Amino acid sequence: MKAYWELFTAFFWIGSIAFGGGYAVLPILLREIVEKRKWSTEEDMLNYFAIGQSTPGVICVNVSTFIGYRRKGFWGALAATLGVVMPSLIIIIAIASFLQSFETIPWVRHAFAGIRIAVGALIASTVWNLLKNNAKTWVKAAIAVIAFVTVALLSVSPVYVTLAFAVFGALFYGRRQKA
Amino acid sequence: MILLQLAFEFFKAGLFAMGGGLATLPFLIQTSHTYPQWFSIDDLMQMVAVSEATPGPIGVNMATYVGFHVAGIPGAVVATLSLTLPAFLSILIIVRVLDRFQENRLIKGGLEAMRPAVAGLIAAAGYLVLKSSLFPSQAGAITFQWVAFLLLIGLFGLMRIKALSRIHPIAYIAAGAALGIVLQL
Repeated sequence: MKAYWELFTAFFWIGSIAFGGGYAVLPILLREIVEKRKWSTEEDMLNYFAIGQSTPGVICVNVSTFIGYRRKGFWGALAATLGVVMPSLIIIIAIASFLQSFETIPWVRHAFAGIRIAVGALIASTVWNLLKNNAKTWVKAAIAVIAFVTVALLSVSPVYVTLAFAVFGALFYGRRQKA
Repeated sequence: MILLQLAFEFFKAGLFAMGGGLATLPFLIQTSHTYPQWFSIDDLMQMVAVSEATPGPIGVNMATYVGFHVAGIPGAVVATLSLTLPAFLSILIIVRVLDRFQENRLIKGGLEAMRPAVAGLIAAAGYLVLKSSLFPSQAGAITFQWVAFLLLIGLFGLMRIKALSRIHPIAYIAAGAALGIVLQL
């Protein structure tokens, strides 16, 4: 029972501080799940994101379910998933009931402009670490650059990019039996 | 009845919206056409603004907000859980497939290439977050926010100092919020 409670509270905390959602949550997951609790490795975490990107549903939920399942099976997956969505329920219901135009209050706007910059810096720093560990060959560096350019500059859906590289990897790395 | 309709609409959004961030938005726009009495596009844009500004997955925030708007707290709970269900179920299925084919060369090879791709996708997410913060368009003209840029460089510099690597990301987020207010970003 304690293990499920730990999963729930860990993901409740992550959901409470995960500004930006999606990939912006990765720096926080790496800190809370990989470094602090050692429930997963950086490599596995990237696998979860890659799989979450190419399966139905919100990517944060995919990744939380994955980590919960790996630790404690079905009920672990349920605890982690409920944990990560619960803060959204509480915070959004509170804002929607009490603050009619929350996002137009000047100091709230300034604070969130600052938070966006901090999240951007966190993402940049995380990408730096990820590239050091996962783009050690020219081919992998090229994959990272192509993924960035197609999504950020050419507005291609990340779903297609991930799936295309899954096929490429299966053919390029899978057949050489190196992986 | 309205709860059943909400459940169906959000299960659909959760099933077909792959990825993160605003992947659910196109489905919600469709929903507002199907049920115009629920919410307008203007309502939706306000919900996007709040969902992006508050913690938690944006898609989940949106579901809670729309559900609450349509049918109060029961609506919020139903919409949120319906959106979450497809993500939850698909991973439960995938994880079993992966375990069975753990040593499969094609799957290992695919993940080998997907990991650097994810790093690129995360960089793209960062780029999109920062683009609107650093180069906001005001009255049609693109401006450059020097103060925001210097804050970005400063925070990034701190994060790269080895001795400070134990500082929790939430500390940087709090510092960003405080400096945003002080510097009137």
